[in-house]
Amino acid sequence: MSPILLAEQVLNGLQSGVMLFLMAAGLTLIFGVMGLINLAHGSLYMIGAFAAAAVAGATGSFALALVAALAAAAAAGALIELVVIRRLYARDHLDQVLATFALILILSEGTRWLFGSFPLYLNMPPALSGTVSLPGGIVYPVYRLALIAVGIAVALGLWWLNARTRLGIRIRAGENDREMIAALGVDISKLYTLVFAIGAALAGLAGALVGAIQSVQVGMGEPVLILAFVVIVIGGIGSIKGALIGALLVGLTDTLGGVLLPELFKLFTDPATAAATGSAFASMAIYVLMAGVLIWRPTGLFGARA
Amino acid sequence: MSRERLLNGALLLALILIPAWALYAGEPFTITLATRAVIFALAAVGLNIALGLGGLVSLGHAVFFGIGGYAMGILASHAQSYTPLMDWPFAIEGTKSMPVIWLVAIVASSCAALLIGLLSLRTSGVYFIMITLAFGQMMYFFAISWPAYGGEDGLSIYVRNGFPGLNTLDPIQFYGLCLALLCLVLAFNARLMRSPFGLALNAARQVPERVRAVGLDPRRLQLVALVISGAITGLAGALFADLNRFVSPTMLSWQMSGEIMVFVIIGGVARLFGPVAGAGIYVLLEHLLGGVSEYWQIFLGLVLLMVVLFGKGGVVGMIAGRRRDD
Amino acid sequence: MSMKTLLAAASLVAMAASAQAEVKIGMITTLSGGGASLGIDTRDGFMLAMEAAGRDDIEVIIEDDQRKPDVAVQLADKMIQSEKVDILTGIVWSNLAMAVVPAATAQGKFYLSTNAAPAMLAGKGCHPNYFSVSYQNDNLHEAAGAYAKSEGYTKPFIMAPNYPAGQDSLNGFKRFYGGELAGEVYTKLGQTDYAAEIAQIRASGADSIFFFLPGGMGISFLKQYADSGVELPVMGPAFSFDQAILQAVGEAAMGVKNGSNWSKDLDNAANAAFVSGFEKKYGRLPSLYASYGYDTANLLLSALETAEPSDAEAFRAALKAADFDSVRGKFSFDTNQHPIQDIYIREVIKEGEVYTNKIVATAIEDRSSAYVDECSMN
Repeated sequence: MSPILLAEQVLNGLQSGVMLFLMAAGLTLIFGVMGLINLAHGSLYMIGAFAAAAVAGATGSFALALVAALAAAAAAGALIELVVIRRLYARDHLDQVLATFALILILSEGTRWLFGSFPLYLNMPPALSGTVSLPGGIVYPVYRLALIAVGIAVALGLWWLNARTRLGIRIRAGENDREMIAALGVDISKLYTLVFAIGAALAGLAGALVGAIQSVQVGMGEPVLILAFVVIVIGGIGSIKGALIGALLVGLTDTLGGVLLPELFKLFTDPATAAATGSAFASMAIYVLMAGVLIWRPTGLFGARA
Repeated sequence: MSRERLLNGALLLALILIPAWALYAGEPFTITLATRAVIFALAAVGLNIALGLGGLVSLGHAVFFGIGGYAMGILASHAQSYTPLMDWPFAIEGTKSMPVIWLVAIVASSCAALLIGLLSLRTSGVYFIMITLAFGQMMYFFAISWPAYGGEDGLSIYVRNGFPGLNTLDPIQFYGLCLALLCLVLAFNARLMRSPFGLALNAARQVPERVRAVGLDPRRLQLVALVISGAITGLAGALFADLNRFVSPTMLSWQMSGEIMVFVIIGGVARLFGPVAGAGIYVLLEHLLGGVSEYWQIFLGLVLLMVVLFGKGGVVGMIAGRRRDD
Repeated sequence: MSMKTLLAAASLVAMAASAQAEVKIGMITTLSGGGASLGIDTRDGFMLAMEAAGRDDIEVIIEDDQRKPDVAVQLADKMIQSEKVDILTGIVWSNLAMAVVPAATAQGKFYLSTNAAPAMLAGKGCHPNYFSVSYQNDNLHEAAGAYAKSEGYTKPFIMAPNYPAGQDSLNGFKRFYGGELAGEVYTKLGQTDYAAEIAQIRASGADSIFFFLPGGMGISFLKQYADSGVELPVMGPAFSFDQAILQAVGEAAMGVKNGSNWSKDLDNAANAAFVSGFEKKYGRLPSLYASYGYDTANLLLSALETAEPSDAEAFRAALKAADFDSVRGKFSFDTNQHPIQDIYIREVIKEGEVYTNKIVATAIEDRSSAYVDECSMN
């Protein structure tokens, strides 16, 4: 394998990691502040993609589609929080897993009921299509570079929100001592709704951005959801920094594993068998990584509490 | 007699009477449906030992369910094609005998539970949920892409495996067999709950410090619970594969883990008959709602949500009231 | 919309039939969840032909398998034990077919496949009561292989998900292509990002690409490929270029060649009637799956003209005669009861605002299946 191809694959791994980060950041934020496991996070990703596809189809504008995705996912998130999720904060993880599992069923089939069973069309804006040549001769799609940029911007934005704004102070305070900040006059339930809506909006944004280069269909959220869980568990639940590192690790392992393992097996067997066996092991690679990290550090790389 | 005991008795009676009713009403399919419920109940009884008694929220019990299923599929398919499982270092033949298959299923799934437990009990809380989920996904992807035993297509056997003295192809006899196993396991479970081990495990879930103070290792207790739990769920997996005469990676999927957990929650966590009630209700809902609308899963989701939000303690809890030690 | 109207229609048939329902047909197909569009098309195609026939002695029972093998098995048991159906049909996916078909045929029921036709059931596991009306799983991939050879491609890059149907696909392609490959890659089932594979394609020096990525996987790949700057000719089986999927792929699919045994522009009277009838009734263009459903129903109806399922021997002979007007034109059964038919190459085009396919070549004439010699029914 040539160095250029390897470099390109590393870039691909980073890009898929950055998209995972958008999903994982919302999940980990919600867990950090409210202590809630939200299996329905993948459904919010799906809602974002469907809203974007619907608006892009009606108006032809990708920018409007992104706005719609953010708004729809945030609204859906806030609604879910008000009706269901807030009853779950005081419950154990078991009830949370079950209730949000039920939400997946309702949201998936509800979306299918609204939009039908056929995949929807959503494409990237013409301005971002095509490729550019990077130094070293790598030909890379502009849209994927833009995705990396968006991911970095969101990471910076979250850091700024957390470290530099009043909301961030409240969120951090809420993570540490729920009763205390309630006593100080912060409306804790409003804060929770807001945090949940922010997490949902991030998932919706990821859904819309990724939907433009993938398939917008019911059930698109669940595979990403599981990956996002792997990410936050590796990074340490509740840690935004952990989510970023975890996402990049998972993205790189998944991409490079899929490319390198079949190559490795080619040293021992014929190409067809090597391709099949190598990809069989590659599909397990990230779970092996996760198990390994947890055995080494039971609360993830940057996790404080279990 | 407490209300819970009455309820348990009524449930057991209903399970025994179902075949008679099915024959009387001319609905033989009810027996197949009831068999499905009984097998799901068995899987959930297994999970309930880890979940209810041990406090271990495992989102990876499909691993054991699937290993049980594949134990049946692999042994029976080799027997079907008259090819040995392995020739070296010693020859192992396939088999169509249920007791042997059950034994293999139990041993294999306990080994898997031991291994998974050793690794994942280092973590707790959400991390435990997630690492068990990860082990499940690992097995799932392995099963899909490993061509030797059918990959995603799974393994199909043409005739149900045999049990000495019974005609297992007859739905009633197979149902009786499954029900008998469920009763055996329930009796074992009832004894387990009252045994010194069960009491220590219960204490380890609630106040691990106190258990440590009397010289017991909570983690070892939990490991044993997980192994027993995995073994029972593995047995259920072998039966489930035999019911369908088919095994495939979907038995290992995370949705399957979720469903087994749903049975326990609907019925009532840590209740002896909770999983039985839960599995029965789930199978009934699935059967009835499926005919109502193409979008029936919305209603299933709503029912589940209601149970979790408002039905603390599951169905058994709602009818029989809170447990003494709650 | 469709569920209600169809149920109404089905129950009309059923009600009229209740007096003398002589034949019961059980349709198990996927109507909920991610793969529902395929099952819905199968059902709609099937019911279109059933209603056109207006036979009041036939009852069709339709159930949703949720794309879960264990649910499909349970439904098959229910239909056989409770509803006492004579014939089963409708399953979309190979893994579900493998779960249901062997047991159903062993119990003396007929099974007519509207789509899935795994190698096992065409070869060693063939059965006198099992008919595939669609194809054998490898056929459409073989067509792409034959086309690659005829176009003089010398270094195709081939790719499929790592599961049995994917492995069969690449083997089917190689069987009729027979030359050197630039690369052979198995992706993860359900994978949505193909950046890594596209980079491999770019680096491999390939002169063409063959891929089999059903459902959402194909949509993802085509969109990403179109934006990658790689401009090699693309081939695949028809599944990823189906009427429903094409609209979601859009411009990115234009010009792609795909192997298919049916196309909406096939020039015969039965096909013209099917396409216009389907569009009129459901307000959308029919897909491949709808055409298989339609053909299956018509085959069944033709056999019921001459024999009853209760007389298995005669009914089997009547099915085997395939005395019906297939929307595919030429149609007959080989000894393993899989079709002998022409397999075409279609090209994706745009008609007005709608993406669709037109036939550009015949890839293989009178193709049967690779496994026919392994079947003991010779």
